[in-house]
Amino acid sequence: MTSIAKPLIPLVALPKNDLGLTVRDYEGAVSTLCAGCGHDSVTAAITHTFWELSMPPHTIAKLSGIGCSSKTPTYFVRGAHGFNSAHGRMVTIATGANAANRELNYIGISGDGDSLSIGLGHLAHAIRRNVNMIYIIENNGVYGLTKGQFSASADIGSRLKKGEPNAIAPIDPILLGLSMGATFLARSFSGDKAQLVPILKAAAAHNGLALIDVISPCVTFNDHEGSTKSYRFMREHEVKEIETDFVPIRKEIHRAVDEHDATEITMHDGSVVRFRSVPEGYDPYDRQKVEEYIRDRRSRGEIATGLLYVDEEALDVHELNNTPRYGLNQVPYEKLCPGSAALTTMQESFR
Amino acid sequence: MAIDTAQETNVRINDFSIKLANVNGTGSASANSLLMQAIFRMGIPVSGKNLFPSNIQGLPTWYEIRVNKSGYTARALDYDLMIAMNSATYREDINDVREGGYVLYDSSWPLDADLLREDVTFLGVPLAKVCIENFAAPRERILMKNIAYAGAVVALVGLDFDLVSGLLAETFAKNELLRESNQNALRLGYQFAKDNFECPLPFRVEAMDATSGCILIDGNTATALGCLYAGATVAGWYPITPATAVMDNFTRLCAKYRREPVENPLPGELPYKNNYLILQAEDEISAIGMVLGASWSGARSFTSTSGPGISLMNELLGLAYYTEIPAVIVDVQRTGPSTGMPTRTQQADILLCAYASHGDTKHILLFPANPRECFEFAVQSFDLAERFQTPVFMLSDLDIGMNDWVVPELTWDDSYVPDRGRVLNDTDLATMAEFFRYTDADADFVTPRTLPGSDEKGAYFIRGSGHDKFGKYTENADEYQEVVDRLKKKHASAAPHVPAPIVEHTKGASVGIITLGGCDLAVREAVHELAERGVATDFMRVRGFPFVSDVRRFAEEHEVCFVVEQNRDAQLRSLISIETGFPIESLHSVLAYGGFPLSARQVVDGVLSHLEKKS
Repeated sequence: MTSIAKPLIPLVALPKNDLGLTVRDYEGAVSTLCAGCGHDSVTAAITHTFWELSMPPHTIAKLSGIGCSSKTPTYFVRGAHGFNSAHGRMVTIATGANAANRELNYIGISGDGDSLSIGLGHLAHAIRRNVNMIYIIENNGVYGLTKGQFSASADIGSRLKKGEPNAIAPIDPILLGLSMGATFLARSFSGDKAQLVPILKAAAAHNGLALIDVISPCVTFNDHEGSTKSYRFMREHEVKEIETDFVPIRKEIHRAVDEHDATEITMHDGSVVRFRSVPEGYDPYDRQKVEEYIRDRRSRGEIATGLLYVDEEALDVHELNNTPRYGLNQVPYEKLCPGSAALTTMQESFR
Repeated sequence: MAIDTAQETNVRINDFSIKLANVNGTGSASANSLLMQAIFRMGIPVSGKNLFPSNIQGLPTWYEIRVNKSGYTARALDYDLMIAMNSATYREDINDVREGGYVLYDSSWPLDADLLREDVTFLGVPLAKVCIENFAAPRERILMKNIAYAGAVVALVGLDFDLVSGLLAETFAKNELLRESNQNALRLGYQFAKDNFECPLPFRVEAMDATSGCILIDGNTATALGCLYAGATVAGWYPITPATAVMDNFTRLCAKYRREPVENPLPGELPYKNNYLILQAEDEISAIGMVLGASWSGARSFTSTSGPGISLMNELLGLAYYTEIPAVIVDVQRTGPSTGMPTRTQQADILLCAYASHGDTKHILLFPANPRECFEFAVQSFDLAERFQTPVFMLSDLDIGMNDWVVPELTWDDSYVPDRGRVLNDTDLATMAEFFRYTDADADFVTPRTLPGSDEKGAYFIRGSGHDKFGKYTENADEYQEVVDRLKKKHASAAPHVPAPIVEHTKGASVGIITLGGCDLAVREAVHELAERGVATDFMRVRGFPFVSDVRRFAEEHEVCFVVEQNRDAQLRSLISIETGFPIESLHSVLAYGGFPLSARQVVDGVLSHLEKKS
């Protein structure tokens, strides 16, 4: 997990965002993942997203657990505060950080081992609490750092390089999220930055936990014939019927390609997610219909991607607990301590 | 009726103990604490110990009241009066009474002849019968039996009837119906005892003035108050006996003292905001994770748990230690190992907490002895955690946490300023060329930290993996060792900052006794009793870890040194020996680990039997 600093001087003039920063300002150290790793594409999409959103780097807090995916926060937004925690525990730390300071933009990077095995309980309960954060699962169906064991997302019949095909049922984080009351569920493919970036922007605008399951092939241990998490399998089986554009707040709204199909969702901060194309009868607000659609596609061996479900009305953990609009870490001590007079008074009932 | 006076021979004033044997879930707890509270209100030192089962209804449960004018209110093992309300435990309860003592039982049914003892006096009160005659509702008939026996006890030990009646009225101030039936039941029991027995018995109370300026409080409430006053805003927790009441109380206190009014609330918005966030986690792993996240972000944050919870938290406690994140963990200890006896007390998490997590770790521990120290040490825990950027454990126990104690009133210094430790803000960062997380150590080997959201210059990447002093990943031996060596020195530097040991010398003592936490009262009483038996002892109660050098010196200065604690494996003795280098074989253990609070007799017996063996 060594990290190599990137040279900071650009060779050509790069475009600047509203803060006057280039995309290079949103990068981190050079990746030490395997060449061709899907995770690096996700890193690139995250970098691009934060740059395009002109998000001040210091307002971003990036967290991760343990595993290949969890190494990636080192590789984006070097100006953000980062926390590489313990295996499966990322979201518990993120929940506490968010509880103390709701004003930052939290992004958690996890993997299928981190989130669907050792940290499954924490993920489920963070979804229920609706912690306001982006939660990315870089999902490759395999344990990379320990050299290629099946993870809990491996499909039945999927094969490792060696050994028997997987015989036990996979955990699909999207179906899990639907049953846990998730308020934002998306699936994407690391090989498709054009799809992933608008989803990430919508996730950043979402008020609550935005779960993004990114199929991100492991070129070393799970990109072979017989794998259902390979580049080839995804290219052949991905169904991109649900496509979205993200329209930032106060920006001119460009007309969607298929205007007649367009469904718009106004996010909490006023930005708009526009569904460019959805299959007939698809309703991203309808938990039951979304589940039926995903199951139907799955039964045909297809993987539906896109922004699959949104509930922008739900309250996040702070709204549920009626905390101040600013961070609890900002409340001055004088407001927190009832003082000696109150202590004397309350002790009258201790006699 | 005999009219007794204090001058009468063989009469003991304000020096006796009562044991009440009940069935849990029948409402006896309120009657028992009523008696204890009444004694406290009469100005007499008293303790009440609830010895209860891990069960909601139907199992045996006991309550012990010890009255002692000198303030020795550790658990007594000699019972002058047994209130035998549970026929299932008659035999053991009757056997428990000291020679010459009394047994009060429900004479609605006859007592088996083979239960009778010649050396005790049986006081039959037809409680069930009286309650059936006087109350209509089935539940009332059961509940009122408790208040009725309390009424009998009031007469038997000479409690002020009007005072007890007044207390009952306070308790049921808002419920007229219950108030009336309770008063009725109290009077029925009282009158029956007055009419049928020689009241008061040869041991009794007499009002004194030893509890003015004192309060009656349990350790869990006091701990919650400490966390409130320390300014904790975020708490993560998972329900567990005997710690649950810490967070129940914190929640209740926050709802009362931490709501800030909102001017002009938006439509649908409440007219106040909560300056706190308490998260009931899915497990203790998550609870400590939340604490670390919140502390990383600069909020004062804590969790409360018991041994099984600490076991689960181990992984993240190591992360906090190695990455230097403050955390306050309240461990209300119960009897282990495993599930153990959840409603019994012990001090068996000392080593677990001192070295929690894999790898080389050492933590700061505080050992409160009573609810007052729970309050004070809870506040200090936050100061120490933030000053030393590390987890701090406050090791309370079930006896301290769940029983009511008479302690001096809690006081608060309004000039208190929280020690937030070394935290750099954006102004500080602006004056610096560069910031690296683990450089610029102070005299205590603490390095300054930044909080998430601070300027980019202060941004760094926390990692539980090997890191150098710049916070960068490393697998280099020297770089790794440089950081962990500083952590060891940082821990040692905390020694003078944890609460200092309490030491009390007796003239000419060559025997020393070291103890901790809830053993305090029993050991003090033992010191007194040993002196009466001609064994002069010096007393040391350690109140924090790492140890100051006084601890080793105390051991060295005594020909014989005992360590008294409530666990099987002499964990405090081991910790002292490991950390001070004092030879373990020169420390003699007196151990009590059956799950009940320590009594002086156990200490006296342990000390004397060793000294006799020696001579």
